[in-house]
Amino acid sequence: MAKRIDVSGLHVYYGDFLAVEDVSMTIEPRSVTAFIGSSGCGKSTFLRTLNRMHEVTPGARAQGKVLLDDLDIYGPDVDPVMVRSEVGMVFQKANPFPTMSIYDNVIAGARLNNRRMSKSEADDLVEQSLRGANLWEEVKDRLNKPGSGLSGGQQQRLCIARATAVKPSVLLMDEPCSALDPISTLAIEDLIHQLKEDYTIVIVTHNMQQAARVSDRTAFFNLSAPGKPGKLVEMGETNQIFTRPEKKETENYITGRFG
Amino acid sequence: MSTTTTQPPAPGPGPGPTRSDLRHGSLPNRFPAALLASCAAVVAGVLLAFGAFGFLLWGLLTAVSYAVIVVTASARVEGGRKATDRLVTALVYGCFVLAMLPLASVLWTVVGNGLARFDGYFLTVSMNGVLPSMDAGGAYHAVVGTLAITGMATLISVPIGVMTAVYLVEYAQGRMKRTIMFFVDVMTGIPSIVAGLFVVALWIMLFGPGRTNGAAGAIALAVLMVPVVVRSSEEMLRLVPQDLREASYALGVPKWRTITKVVLPTSAAGLTTGIMLAIARVIGETAPLILTAGTSAVSINWNLFDGQMMSLPVFIYSQVRMGGAVNYERAWAAALTLILVVMLLFFLARMIGRLFAPKAS
Amino acid sequence: MTTTDAPKAAPPPTGKRRIGDVAFAGLARGSGILILLILAGVAAFLIVQAWPSLAANTANFLTTTEWDPNVREEPAFGVAALAFGTVLAAAIALLLATPVAIGIALFIVFYSPRRLSSLLGYLVDLLAAIPSVVYGLWGIGFLAPQLVPVYEAMTRYLGWIPLFAGPASTSARTILTAGVVLAVMILPIITAMSRDVFRQTPQGHREAALAMGATRWEMIRLAVLPFGRSGVIGGSMLGLGRALGETMAVAMILSPSLVLSWNLLQSGNQTIAAHIALQYPEATGYGVSALIAAGLVLFAITLVVNMGARYVVARGNKES
Repeated sequence: MAKRIDVSGLHVYYGDFLAVEDVSMTIEPRSVTAFIGSSGCGKSTFLRTLNRMHEVTPGARAQGKVLLDDLDIYGPDVDPVMVRSEVGMVFQKANPFPTMSIYDNVIAGARLNNRRMSKSEADDLVEQSLRGANLWEEVKDRLNKPGSGLSGGQQQRLCIARATAVKPSVLLMDEPCSALDPISTLAIEDLIHQLKEDYTIVIVTHNMQQAARVSDRTAFFNLSAPGKPGKLVEMGETNQIFTRPEKKETENYITGRFG
Repeated sequence: MSTTTTQPPAPGPGPGPTRSDLRHGSLPNRFPAALLASCAAVVAGVLLAFGAFGFLLWGLLTAVSYAVIVVTASARVEGGRKATDRLVTALVYGCFVLAMLPLASVLWTVVGNGLARFDGYFLTVSMNGVLPSMDAGGAYHAVVGTLAITGMATLISVPIGVMTAVYLVEYAQGRMKRTIMFFVDVMTGIPSIVAGLFVVALWIMLFGPGRTNGAAGAIALAVLMVPVVVRSSEEMLRLVPQDLREASYALGVPKWRTITKVVLPTSAAGLTTGIMLAIARVIGETAPLILTAGTSAVSINWNLFDGQMMSLPVFIYSQVRMGGAVNYERAWAAALTLILVVMLLFFLARMIGRLFAPKAS
Repeated sequence: MTTTDAPKAAPPPTGKRRIGDVAFAGLARGSGILILLILAGVAAFLIVQAWPSLAANTANFLTTTEWDPNVREEPAFGVAALAFGTVLAAAIALLLATPVAIGIALFIVFYSPRRLSSLLGYLVDLLAAIPSVVYGLWGIGFLAPQLVPVYEAMTRYLGWIPLFAGPASTSARTILTAGVVLAVMILPIITAMSRDVFRQTPQGHREAALAMGATRWEMIRLAVLPFGRSGVIGGSMLGLGRALGETMAVAMILSPSLVLSWNLLQSGNQTIAAHIALQYPEATGYGVSALIAAGLVLFAITLVVNMGARYVVARGNKES
């Protein structure tokens, strides 16, 4: 069910300020695409426009086309709520609902769409999602304990399970490992490898090694100049971007020479 | 598939048929506003046709018909979840409007009824020698009493309140700090009538039974005012950056001079705002003054220690108790005066807070 | 007491400055202690002055519904009916105000246009600026007459419920009217507390809900309401404390009588605070002392409620 994303001519504004300028790209299904670039270059902002989460920020708006397979998610009839159940998201900081148990956290999104889910259906979905997030073995004995009692890495995997329980076709990840220790990071990276069998995955990361490890394709974002909008500099096979970038800008960033 | 307007909400588990293309029917953006306007118009028409038009009834029926139609339409076109969302939106807007009704109604009735007698004569003449039912007299003595009593209450409570706040922010720690903060909170909740009874009990012990005067009222109001002043001052003092204090210490300035010369002046605007809001809160207090300053003064009395003293809120109450039409007119006019005073304090406090406040980081 | 235990590093003291520091610190500390003394004094003086009438009372103070303290020889009075009326009026107010206050708080934080939200919040705060005597005047002069036909309709259609049994009061000066006015008065308190906690809902939780395809209401149900629960409860309890002790609006609206009744649409019930204000001018004999005893009961009830509210709020703050 993974879907292709086609972005063309996308501009993102905060009020009058142009934050991201004229991005066009294709994100392949059943693959991992990494967005890299220095902080403030608009890669997270751009990521949020892929499921219209930017609309939560007051004053933010996007202009352009984002096709999910063949459907423009900014089309006149499209409901952002529906977009987000199709394009899930995992955030920088793990954010399980603190008052809910592990079980309820996983099922929360799925219940919205289907309130009359039977007990066994729900149990199956929870197990399947937690297994999918490599978390089942660790929590199966304490499903009724609050999710906030888990370690940081476990919480992040819980959030991934929660996102996949809604059965999206695309999974956006906004620096999902930046708050985690190396071992938890490794667990998440393994998980990303597995998840790409079923989903289109887009990951924003600050860590270039991580981008090299997990992604098939990489997009490099940069500011055209300080105070100017961010833009997509170059996109290609990860291997090619890291070894033979076409643009000087990309090469400078990859090799650690900024500016 | 071009449109899915009549498709039912997704049944069963998993993604429904509408999800495959993310479009499900949605009501046009302008639909709620247009629907509300047409509901209002239709309801008004029907009510006028039956000759039963009333603003409350009109508003109520408009709101109910709007909610019913928007939820039904949304459930048919957009599905159950969206319909719930729209219902809640309608309810939440309704709650706000519902809260504005009494505000508007109070202000409207007070202004409407109060203007009849609200003039220079009313504000400059007392009730001395005026029989309750006579078409004469005013509230000057009550204005005087309110100024005197509230003024004295302010003079008592501001030093205590601000100094306590200084203690809490600059000196106190540990158990003592927690104890005082807790009891200040508890004191905020003392019913005003209990504060009045406290002064009654105190006065009986000091001067014997049946002694009422303005000072007693002022003390009762001060009891109510002190915790409010403490809380607001405390907040303001905490806003003063620690760097300022340290800069002063580094110059060898002693702590108490630092507080009086640096901390208090820096937060002066905030302190003033808090004090004015505290005054606005107690200036309308009635119950403690009935017990302590009496209900029957009719003449101008500037002396807080000499017998009963009228005040605006007690004036309203005692006129209502007399019950005649002219008494009600006086009560409404006094209520208008009181509200104007309170609103003035409120706006002044906000202005001071806004104009002079240091930019908090 | 010395200034050396001050948390901030004070400069090394020299003789003269030291005196200023000690005096000022003493003054500040003295003010704090004075507040504790005042509060203790409130309780102590009320007990001392209530004692004579309680000792002379020929009836059980807590269970008696009559109020006849104005006879020197055999005063008989109790707070049962008054306490009942107080709790009933406050409960009605709380029941009516809490859901509306939650709605208003949600409206201001999540629904209203952002540019207007602080102005709209200010409008709600204005409800708290209106003096209670003005609410009383409005209640008796405007609201009660409007409610007469409503109450008649309620007895006709809901009369089978004992609370709404007829015949309805022809003046609508009943405990329900008092409860409605009290609800309006406590609305801004509950709204302000709820608004504050709703605003503090972590952005991460709100975005998590939205990102899995929640509508705005579903986001509120999943992220905001569970987070804000303790604040809403604490705010409601503060409102309850205010409603229990509110005097003037109730004293002016209720007709002066004293009966213990579950009927909301007939006059009869009275609250402690209003009773004190109404009876005080005419109190003789043990009258004043008995009213002080009633005030003591009110003080105790509000104290418990307010301390409970502070406890709930403090615990909620710690959890988050």
